[in-house]
Amino acid sequence: MQVRLNGELREIPDGLTVTSLLAHLGVKAQRVAVELNDAVVTKDRYEAQRIGPGDSIEIVAFVGGG
Amino acid sequence: MADTWTLGQRTFTSRLLVGTGKYPDFPTMQRALTASGAEMVTVAVRRLDLSKTGEQSLLEWIPKGMTLLPNTAACFTADEAIRTARLGRELGMGDLVKLEVIGDRRTLFPDVEGLVQASRALVKEGFVVLPYTNDDPVTAKKLEDAGCAAVMPLGAPIGSGLGLRNPFNLRIIMETVKVPVLVDAGVGTASDAAVAMELGAVAVLMNTAIAEAKDPVLMAEAMRAGVEAGRKAFLAGRIPMKLHAAASSPLTGLIGS
Repeated sequence: MQVRLNGELREIPDGLTVTSLLAHLGVKAQRVAVELNDAVVTKDRYEAQRIGPGDSIEIVAFVGGG
Repeated sequence: MADTWTLGQRTFTSRLLVGTGKYPDFPTMQRALTASGAEMVTVAVRRLDLSKTGEQSLLEWIPKGMTLLPNTAACFTADEAIRTARLGRELGMGDLVKLEVIGDRRTLFPDVEGLVQASRALVKEGFVVLPYTNDDPVTAKKLEDAGCAAVMPLGAPIGSGLGLRNPFNLRIIMETVKVPVLVDAGVGTASDAAVAMELGAVAVLMNTAIAEAKDPVLMAEAMRAGVEAGRKAFLAGRIPMKLHAAASSPLTGLIGS
């Protein structure tokens, strides 16, 4: 299915949760925060939160800044 | 008694807050952060580069025990800033946010209308909000009324190194609000940091002045000393300025008189 991931259209397998999406992308969950359709997904909801077609997902991390 | 200051539930001894951007590399940043003596460091929230997920994380290079202050840099609307603040809280597991709502790309001056709006919303959500604002006392008061834990007026545009362009407004802000006033942005060298502290700022926040110095670690030491000197001078109480001389040596008992 197609989703918008960090601003870019991307094909991902059907039926993923936030946890399995991060695993699919090779991203360590403890270092990132995830937003699904403009709302933060807290870490306790990663297992249960399913990704649907057309969803917009942001995966962010801390970088250097002032 | 120790000379400390507080923000929400946290107490700090260091009055120098430093950013983590623009360093030549992580090891230099780490040494500069340690040399600065800072207890709080700012970080930005950005999209993860999904093609480089194995890269080193900034967090591994921030000395242990330093409090993270996530910013909302480069947000141009209240909504963007609010979303970024929420992501920063999720990343850092803390409620502090350095709130930036920028109104102009060339000067990076704050959009004070959006800033006050975002402050109100984030305070309601339980954030400890530290807004980056301009040197306007009226805006500072609005931010205090919105429930911000501090106000952070700029000394000069971000990264400009121009020093404190309007020390008089900064003083008026310090007289106007009861929350801590931190001077954020514009510092170029150690004397600027000292002047900010002499004016009565509770603390100074800087990034570029250290990160882009020829020797960032030595500049971090200089800034630390500048902040400490300025703070002590403020507490000591400077003499009033006089137009004419006031002799330091006795004018009586001169030979030949």
